[in-house]
Amino acid sequence: MLNDKDRIFTNIYGWQGADLASAKSRGDWDNTKALIKLGHEEVIERVKASGLRGRGGAGFPTGLKWSFMPKEVKDRPHYLVVNADESEPGTCKDRDIIRHEPHKLVEGCLIAGFAMRAHAGYIYIRGEFVNEAKALQRAIDEAYEAGLLGKNAAKSGWDFDLYLHRGAGAYICGEETALIESLEGKKGQPRLKPPIPAGAGLYGCPTTVNNVETIAVVPTILRRGADWFSGLGREGNTGSKLFCISGHVNNPCNVEEEMGIPLKELIEKHAGGVRGGWDNLLAVIPGGSSTPMIPKDICDTVLMDFDSLKAVQTGLGTAGIIVMDKSTDIIKAIARISYFYKHESCGQCTPCREGTGWMYRMMERLVKGDADISEIDTLHDVTKQVEGHTICALGDAAAWPIQGLIRHFRPEIEKRISAWRAAAVAE
Amino acid sequence: MSISRRIADNQPDHFAFSAENKKKIKTILAKYPKERKNSAVLPLLDLAQRQHDNWLPMKAIEAVAEICDMAEIRVLEVATFYTMFNLKPVGKYFIQACGTTPCWLRGSDDVMRCIKDKLGISSGETSACGKFSLLEVECLGACVNAPMVQINDDYYEDLDYMATSELIDRLTADDVPPAGSVRGRQGSQPEPAPTSLTKIVPFPGAKKDKGDDHA
Amino acid sequence: MITLTIDGIEVEVEEGASVLQACEAAGKEVPRFCYHERLSIAGNCRMCLVEMERSPKPVASCAMPAGNGMVIKTDTPMVKKAREGVMEFMLINHPLDCPICDQGGECDLQDQAMGYGAAESRYQEPKRAVENKEMGPLISTIMTRCIHCTRCVRFATEVAGVPQLGAIGRGESMEITTYLEKALASELSGNVVDLCPVGALTSRPYAFQARSWELSHTSSIDVMDALGSHIRVDSRGNQVMRVLPRNNDDINEEWISDKTRHAIDGLRTQRLDRPYLRNAKGRLEEASWDEVFTAIKKALGKAKPEEIAAIAGDLCDAESMFALSQLMDNLGSPHKDCRQDGSVLGQQGEGSYLFNSSIAGIDETDVIFLIGANPRHEAAVLNARIRQNYINRDVKVFRLGAEVDLTYPVTELGDDARLLETLVQKGGPVVTALKRAKRPMIIVGQAALRRKDSMGLLDLVGQLAKQVDLVKKDWNGFNVLHTAAARVAGLMLGFLPGKGGKSTTDIISGLEKGNIKVLYNLGADDIDLSHRENKSFVIYQGSHGDRGAAQADVVLPGAAWSEKDGIYANTEGRVQYAQRVTFPPGDAREDWAIIRALSAAIGQTLGYDDLSGLRQAMMAAIPALGVTDQPQSAKLGKLGRRQAMSASPMRHAIGAGSGVSFYMTCPISRASVTMAECVKAFEINDKAEAAE
Repeated sequence: MLNDKDRIFTNIYGWQGADLASAKSRGDWDNTKALIKLGHEEVIERVKASGLRGRGGAGFPTGLKWSFMPKEVKDRPHYLVVNADESEPGTCKDRDIIRHEPHKLVEGCLIAGFAMRAHAGYIYIRGEFVNEAKALQRAIDEAYEAGLLGKNAAKSGWDFDLYLHRGAGAYICGEETALIESLEGKKGQPRLKPPIPAGAGLYGCPTTVNNVETIAVVPTILRRGADWFSGLGREGNTGSKLFCISGHVNNPCNVEEEMGIPLKELIEKHAGGVRGGWDNLLAVIPGGSSTPMIPKDICDTVLMDFDSLKAVQTGLGTAGIIVMDKSTDIIKAIARISYFYKHESCGQCTPCREGTGWMYRMMERLVKGDADISEIDTLHDVTKQVEGHTICALGDAAAWPIQGLIRHFRPEIEKRISAWRAAAVAE
Repeated sequence: MSISRRIADNQPDHFAFSAENKKKIKTILAKYPKERKNSAVLPLLDLAQRQHDNWLPMKAIEAVAEICDMAEIRVLEVATFYTMFNLKPVGKYFIQACGTTPCWLRGSDDVMRCIKDKLGISSGETSACGKFSLLEVECLGACVNAPMVQINDDYYEDLDYMATSELIDRLTADDVPPAGSVRGRQGSQPEPAPTSLTKIVPFPGAKKDKGDDHA
Repeated sequence: MITLTIDGIEVEVEEGASVLQACEAAGKEVPRFCYHERLSIAGNCRMCLVEMERSPKPVASCAMPAGNGMVIKTDTPMVKKAREGVMEFMLINHPLDCPICDQGGECDLQDQAMGYGAAESRYQEPKRAVENKEMGPLISTIMTRCIHCTRCVRFATEVAGVPQLGAIGRGESMEITTYLEKALASELSGNVVDLCPVGALTSRPYAFQARSWELSHTSSIDVMDALGSHIRVDSRGNQVMRVLPRNNDDINEEWISDKTRHAIDGLRTQRLDRPYLRNAKGRLEEASWDEVFTAIKKALGKAKPEEIAAIAGDLCDAESMFALSQLMDNLGSPHKDCRQDGSVLGQQGEGSYLFNSSIAGIDETDVIFLIGANPRHEAAVLNARIRQNYINRDVKVFRLGAEVDLTYPVTELGDDARLLETLVQKGGPVVTALKRAKRPMIIVGQAALRRKDSMGLLDLVGQLAKQVDLVKKDWNGFNVLHTAAARVAGLMLGFLPGKGGKSTTDIISGLEKGNIKVLYNLGADDIDLSHRENKSFVIYQGSHGDRGAAQADVVLPGAAWSEKDGIYANTEGRVQYAQRVTFPPGDAREDWAIIRALSAAIGQTLGYDDLSGLRQAMMAAIPALGVTDQPQSAKLGKLGRRQAMSASPMRHAIGAGSGVSFYMTCPISRASVTMAECVKAFEINDKAEAAE
C-alpha cells in the first residue's frame, strides 16, 4: 500500500481547505518560479523521465505529447486545454481534485502551459459540476490576486492566463477534439485526425489537451523528482494514481494508490471488500464503463496498471472500477452502459450513430432473453463493425463492454434466451 | 423529433438579458479572443437559461446568436446537442437522477421509485403541482457516492429510498438541504473511516514536519 | 508531388491531395456519400474506408492526406468487410421505399448497396421514423431517408452562404432542418437536391413527375441569365421535365440557380402556339401563317425603309438575330437594337462590353469593385464563386450601389454614382486597394449602364481603369456583368443602330411620334409600347403571351430556347450551343425559320435554307461567333464620353429594391407557377416580416 508520504493528493477528501493558504501548507505553489526556471525543454524532459502517462483514459505518455508542440511560437499562439469533462461512468476523481485540490491543477496549468509555450489555458469542466466550477474559479481568482497567474505569473517571467469554461452536458466533449469544437462554440463533434491538436487545435492553433489529474500531478513530480515518481509502480506504468471504486463494495471510495496495486488488495484495503466477501464477486469493470469487464478469476490476480490490464483484454482507462457482485444482472448492467453510449453518441459518423442504437436495442432484448442464440454472434459482429470504423473512440467504447460481456458471460446470455423460450412455449 | 416537438408550445415574444447579466456577458466574452465570440455560446445559453426559470425560449436562442455573431441554426444546434439546455419549462426543483450502471448497481431504481411514489412522476415529467420535474440522466461523475441526483445545481449523494423521501419532503417545504452526501460522508472517502491520509501529511521540505490529526 | 502506392499501382498526386483522390488517380473507385469535391471534408459517412499500411484500423480516405510512400489497399477483405459494415448501418434505419422514392434509379445509396449491401437485413429492431421538414417551395423532404452526410448543411453554409441549414439533436436523433423550418432562402437552394445522395431532399416541383429512367437527356446551355451555365435538360415525350447542372469549372462549376432549374414549368404555360392577327375590333385573333405574312407584307409596303425598326429581346438566339438583322439591312433600315433595356454598350469595341477577366478569373482576383451590380440576383452562380474566393483567399469586395446581402462582406461606398468623380479626382480606399491588387476587377452591372448618365459613368470608369492599371499584360480587369442571355451575341452581331439608326428609346418614341411605322419585335417583352401611334404596326415574334404579344398587331409564334438549336454568347463572349430538347407547340416554329419564311413572303429572301447555311453565313460575317467555348477578352478602347453625373441613386437591375424579382426576369420565368411560389415564399413573406 502506498505510504501517505508518497501521496500527491493529500487533501483529496477535503478535510482541509481548498483555499490558497491551505494549498500552500500542502506544498502547492512552493517556489514554482524555480520549476519554470528549468526551461521549456527540461520540464518536458523531466515529465518524460517520470514515465507519467495520461490519466484521462488513453494512457499516452504525457511528456511525449507535450513534445509534439512546435518548438517555437510563430504566427499562431499555443494553447493548453485541460479536460475536466469527467464523464466516463465509474469515474469521479477529477471532481475531487477540482473541489479539494484546485491549486494543484492551477499550478500544473502554469507549468504545463509554460512547457508547451502557451500563454493561455482553458479548463473545460463538465457543465453539471456547477459547484466544482465555482470552487475552481475561486482558486483561479485567488491565484490571479496572488500574482500566480497573469503577467509574470508567480514571478517566473512567464505570462499565463487561465480561463474556466463550462460545458453543458455531453460525454463526447471528453474526447479532446470534440472538447475543442465545443470550446469554439460548436456541437461537440470530434474532428478528423490528422491534424492532431498539437498541429491545429483550438482556433486552429497548436494545442495540447490533458486530463485534470495528469496536469495536477506535474508540480509534485517536478518538486520531488522524476525518479521519485518513476520509482512507484513498475516500468511503463509508473507513479501513483487516483482510483475510483464504485458498485458492490462495502465502502465505495476514491483513493490514491500506487500503479500496479493488485485489484483485490485495492478493493479489500480501501473499499472494505466486495459486498458479501470476495467470493461473492462476479466481475469488475476496471477502468470506466468503456473497458471490457473481467470476471472474478481474473480479478483474483490482476494488477491495476495499463499493461497488466491490457494483457487481460481490458484497460486501465480512467481507473474507474465498477464492482459487481453475484446478485448483479450482468446483462442488464451492460445494457445500461449500451444505453449510455447510444445517448452520448454525437451522431456524426454512421457506425456509431446507427450502431450504438442497434447494439442497445439488441442488448435490451438479451436482458429479457427475447432473441435467437445466433443473435449473440450478430451482436458481436455488430460491435466489430463499429469498432475501429468511427471518427473517434466512442464507437470502440460502445463496442468493448459488449465484447467483454460475450467473452466472459456468453453462457449466461444463452441461459437467459433458453429461459425466455421455455416460458414462451409454456404459455 | 421535429423542432416543434422539442420546444415549448408557449414561446414568449421577447427575451432580453438583464442589466446584471449584460455585465456578466462582458466578462464571459473577455475570456476568448475578440474574433472568437462563438466560444461564448455555451456560457451565454446557460446565463439565459438561469435568467429564464431554467429553460430556454427561442427568443433567447436568437438573442445569444446575435451576441455571439452566429447563425440562429448554429445556436439551435448547440442548444439541442447539449443535454443541460431545457427547451421546455421545468419545475422549480429539477431533479436529474443518474441511472447509469454505477448508480444503478447501488439502487438508483429505488431513488426513481421513491420519486414516482411521492410525486407521481417518471422521467421527463413534471409533478401536478408544477414544483418538481424528473429526468433520468447519464453519469454525473459522482460514482463512488452512488446513487445520486442533481437538483438544480446541487448533487445529493449516497441516497436510498428513505433518504430520497426525506429529500423530497424537505424540498416540498422549500427547505433546501445542503448539497453532498445525505449521510454526511466527507467527500469520497471510504466509510466509516479513511484508509489513508488519516493524519495531515506534511509535504517534503515543509518547515513544520509533524503530523496533525484531522479536525 | 507526392508518390504513393494504391493496390500496387504507384501514383503521383499534388501536395494536399487526399488518399481518396490518389485512389481515383490510380483508377480505383472509392464509394462515398459525404465526400464532395466542392465542399469541406466531413469524413462522417465512413464509406470510403481503405486499408493503410501500418495502421491497424482502416482509414477514411477522403480525410486522410496523401503522404509520400504510403501504401494503400482498396481491395482487401478488410476493406470490403468494413464497407459492408458501414453500408449495413446506413440501411438499418433507411426505409425500403425505393419504389416510391424520386431518387430511385439515381440514388447513390441504392447504387452502393448493389456493391456492398447484404441480401437480407439482420436488423430486427423497430426502424427510426423522422418527421419531414418544411424547407420552402423547391425542396421536398422525406427525412426518414436521411443518412446524415451533411452535404446539404455544408453547401448552404459554405457555397450558398446562407447558414440556415443545420443538424439539431445528437446521436441517432440528429435531424437536418432549417431554423424553425423556415424556407431555405438562397437562389441556389435547388443544388442541395442534387447533392443529397439519397431521397431525403428531392425536388418539390418535380415530385412524382417521372422516373429517372424514363427521361431523355440533352446537354444544353442555360438562358435564364447571361452566364450560360452548362445544363442537362431531361425530357419525356415532348415535355421538359427538369434541368440539372452539368459540371463546367470555367462557368458554373456544378451549380445552377433556382431559376435555371425551376422556371421550366413556364415553358408549358402562356405559350403562343399559333399566329395571331389584330382584327378590326382591336382584338388579337387566331390566324394562319399566310394571313399574318400577308398583313406584314402590306404594312411593310406602306412604310419607307427608314420608318421600319427592329428590337431584339433577351432570350434570342444569335441565328434569329442575325437573320432579322440581315432582313433589316435588305429592307434598308438602320434602326435596330438588341438592348431593350436602353443600355449604351456596344459601340466602343468588344472590350467595352465583355466580362474580360473571365468568370474563372474571379479565382485569381484579389480586389473586386462592383458598380451597380448585384451578382447575387443577376448571376447567382457567379456570386457563389466570389464567395468561395472570399472564403479561400479573402478577396476584398467594394460596392457602389444599393445595399444587398451578397453572402460575403462588402465595403459599402453608398449609392451616389457621383462618387466616381471623387474617386477619379481624389482617390480613396477602393482606388488604393485596386492599385495594390495584382489582379483587380471592376464589375459594372446593367443598372449602371441604363442610366441617363451612363456614358459619363463609363468615362469615369475608363479613367479609373487607367489610374489603377486595370488592364495589364496578362490581365484585363474590366468586366460587364450582363443579365440577358442574348445580349453579348447581339452586340457581337452588331444588332445595333446603323448609320443614322435609332436606339431602343428612339425607336419607341419614333413609334409614338409617327416617324417609325413598323416595328419588328423579336422577343422583347420589357419595352413599353403603350403610347405608340394607332397607325403604327408592331410585329411580335416570341414564345410567350407576355407583354410583347399583348402590344402587337401581328403575333408570330416562336420556339422557346429549349425547342430550338441556338447559339448564345455569355457575358464573357463565350460562344455556346444550346440544343433542341422538344418541339415547339402547335404552329410555333424555330425563330430563324420564321424570319426566313417571312423574308421570302415579302420578296426579300435571305440566302440560306437551313440552320447550317445560316450559321455558315453568320460566322463568315462575324468570325468571332465561330469560336466556340472560349471566353473572349478585348482591348479596352475609349470608354464612354464626358458627361455630367446625375444625383439619381445607383440601383440594381434585379433584386434589392430594383422592382424586378430574381424569380421573374423573362417571359418564361414570369409564366412559371414555381417561380410565383418562390416570390411568395421568399419576397412577399420577407417584406411582411420586415414590416412587422
